[in-house]
Amino acid sequence: MLKIKNLHAGVENKKILKGINLEVNPGEIHAIMGPNGSGKSTLASVIAGKEEFTVSRGKILFEGEDIDEMSPEERAHNGIFLSFQYPVEIPGVSVTNFMKTAINESRKAKGQPDMPANQMLKLIREKAELLEIDRKFLSRSLNEGFSGGEKKRNEIFQMAMMQPKLGILDETDSGLDIDALRIVANGVNRLRSEDNAFVVITHYQRLLDHIIPDFVHVIHDGKIVKSGDKELALELEEKGYDWIKQEAVL
Amino acid sequence: MAETQKGIATERIATQTMDLKEKLLASFMAFENQVDMDHPVHDIRSEAIRNFESRGFPHRKMEAWKYTSLAPLQKVDFSLFPKEDNTLDYREVKQYFLHEVDTYKIVFIDGIYSSYLSETTHDGVDICLMSSALNKPMYRPIIDVYFNKVASREESLTSLNTAFTREGAYIYIPKNKAPRKPVEILHLSTGNEASLLLQPRNLIVVEENAELQVIERHQSLTSNEVLTNSVTEIFAAKDAIVDYYKVQTDRPTASLIDNTYIDQKTNSQVSVHTFAFGGKLTRNNLNFYQDGNHMNSILKGVTILADKQHVDHHTLVHHQQPDCESHQDYKGIFGDQSTGVFNGKIIVDKIAQKTNAFQQNNNLLISDKASVNTKPQLEIFADDVKCSHGCTIGQLDQDALFYLRSRGIAKKEAEALLMYAFANNVLESVRIPELKGRINRLIAEKLGVHLGFDL
Repeated sequence: MLKIKNLHAGVENKKILKGINLEVNPGEIHAIMGPNGSGKSTLASVIAGKEEFTVSRGKILFEGEDIDEMSPEERAHNGIFLSFQYPVEIPGVSVTNFMKTAINESRKAKGQPDMPANQMLKLIREKAELLEIDRKFLSRSLNEGFSGGEKKRNEIFQMAMMQPKLGILDETDSGLDIDALRIVANGVNRLRSEDNAFVVITHYQRLLDHIIPDFVHVIHDGKIVKSGDKELALELEEKGYDWIKQEAVL
Repeated sequence: MAETQKGIATERIATQTMDLKEKLLASFMAFENQVDMDHPVHDIRSEAIRNFESRGFPHRKMEAWKYTSLAPLQKVDFSLFPKEDNTLDYREVKQYFLHEVDTYKIVFIDGIYSSYLSETTHDGVDICLMSSALNKPMYRPIIDVYFNKVASREESLTSLNTAFTREGAYIYIPKNKAPRKPVEILHLSTGNEASLLLQPRNLIVVEENAELQVIERHQSLTSNEVLTNSVTEIFAAKDAIVDYYKVQTDRPTASLIDNTYIDQKTNSQVSVHTFAFGGKLTRNNLNFYQDGNHMNSILKGVTILADKQHVDHHTLVHHQQPDCESHQDYKGIFGDQSTGVFNGKIIVDKIAQKTNAFQQNNNLLISDKASVNTKPQLEIFADDVKCSHGCTIGQLDQDALFYLRSRGIAKKEAEALLMYAFANNVLESVRIPELKGRINRLIAEKLGVHLGFDL
C-alpha cells in the first residue's frame, strides 16, 4: 500500500529526513518511535503532502503511484489520513458541518454526488458512538476550546468518518488521560480491517499497549535505525533512546 | 430652430465642464423652488449649503480623508434631480429584499419614493417618509426636536446632504412600542440617468423602552454610475434597543458615502452591523454619541473586497458620561488590488469614568497587491477606564490551510472556510436569522465558493 524509498526531505536549508525506507501493507499496523526531533512528525507531514517540506531525493508510492506531485487534498481523496498532533481551531464551523464539507468535497473530487443528509447523519451518529462522543460536542466549533483529549478524540472521529486506507496517527497519545487513550485506541482497533493500514507515531510505548503494532521502527536523525516487532517498543520503554543513538553512531 | 439646438448643445457643454461643487451650489436655487421655504428646516438647509460652500468636498490633505480620494467622483457629471416616473416590477427587484421574512419596506427608486414597492405603517408607530414628516404639521414637534440635532454641522458632506434634505425614511417608535417586524430601507437606482447623485436623509427616533430593527441597502440595477451621499440620524432614548444592519453589496459602478449619527441615552443599546462587500468606493462615517449612563454601543463590520474596490470605515464613539460600554469588531478580507481603511476613534471625556471601550480590527490580505490602512485613535481624558484596541494585518494561516486540505477540502474551498471562520464572530450578533443566512450566502458568493452549509 505504502512504499517509501530512500526518502530525503527537509525545509529550506535544513535536511530532516535522510533516507527513510518503509513498506506498509494492507492490514498492518506500524509504530514509528523515536526521540524528539528525530523526524517522526516530518515523515507524517511529508506523506500527507505538507507543502512546507521539499522532497529532495527518493519517493513515496501509494498503491503503486508516486504521490510527490499530489496536493494534500488529492492524497486525502486517495485514502491517506493524518491525525494531527496539534489540530487547528476553526471558529464558527461546527464539527458536523466540517465533516459534511470534508466528505462531500472528497465525493465531489471522485465525481460522486453529495451524501444524502440522512445517510450523513446516520454515519455521524454511528462514528460518534464509536468514539463515545456526545451529540452536543458535534455542534461545537471545530477544536475551539477543546481539551487536548477532546481534540485527539475528534481527530480519530474524523478518521472514522473519512474511512481512509492509510491512517497516520501523529502523537495521538500526547495529552490524553488513560480513559481517553483507551477510547481512542478502541476506536482505532474497531476501524482496523484487512484492507486498511495504520502508521502510529509515538514517543512512548503506552499507546502500543492498546494498539498492538505488527512492526516497530525507530527513527533517529532522519533514518530508521532499527526495526522489530512489538517487543522492541517494550525494550525502548525500559532502556530509553540513548542506546539506539549510540548504536546508530557505531 | 437651428439656433435653439445650438443653444442646448452649448448649455450641455457648460454643465459638463462645471465641477460638482459648483453644479451643486448652482442647483440649490432650483431645489429651493421645489420645497417649502417657510418651513424651519429650510433655515437649516440654508445654513448647511453655506457650510458646504465654504468647506467644499473633503480632500486627501485632510487627515480623515488621507486614504480615500473623492476627486475622480467630482469629475462625473451627475444628474441631481432624477425624473419622477421610474417604476420597477417587484419581480425584477425581489432578490434585493430580505424576502424570506416579513418586513415593513420603505423603497426609493432613483431617490423617489415607490409606494408600490413599499409597505409603510402608522399603526402605533410611524414608518414612513421624510417628505411626509417635513410636510405634515403633525410631525413638526418631532422634526423640531430631532432633525439635524445629532448630525454634524461641520462635516461638509453631511452639510451637503442636509442642504438637499427632501426625502428618505422617517421612523418614529413611541414609548414602550416595538414594530411587529423589521424595517427595510431600500434605495434602488435604475440607471435611467447616465449618472446619478442621490442624497437620502433618514430620521429615526426610538423613544423610551421602544425597539427597532432596520436593514438598509443601496442597490444599483445597471452599470451606470451612482453616487449616494446618505445621512441617517438615530435617536435611542432611555432603555431603547436599536439594531441597524447595513448591507453594502452594490455594483462596481456604485459609490456610497454613508454618514450615520447616533444619539444614545441611559440604558439604551444600539448596534450597527456593516457588511461591506461591494461597490466602487464606500466610505462609512459611523458616529456614536453616548449621552447617559449604563449604555452599550456595538459596532461590527465585515468587509470583503476584490478587484479595485475601496472601503473606508471611520468610526467614532464619544463616551460623554460614566459607566458605559462600547464594543467594536471589524474584520476585513482584501483580495486583488482592493484597498481598505479602518480608523476607529474613541473619545472618553474626563467625567466618563468606568468606561469600557473595546476595539478590534483584524485584516486578511489574500493578494500581494491588496492593502489596508488601520489606525486606532484613542483620546482618553478619564483615568478609571478600561480601553483596549488591537489591529492585525495578516495572511491565511498555512498550518490551518494544510489541516483542512488534508481532510480532502480543495485549496480554494479551504481558504474560503478559513475566511468564513475569520469573519464568523461578527455574524454571531446578527439577531435576524434570515438576514444572517442571507449574509452567509453573500459571503460565500463573494468568496466564490459553495460550502454546502450555513454558519
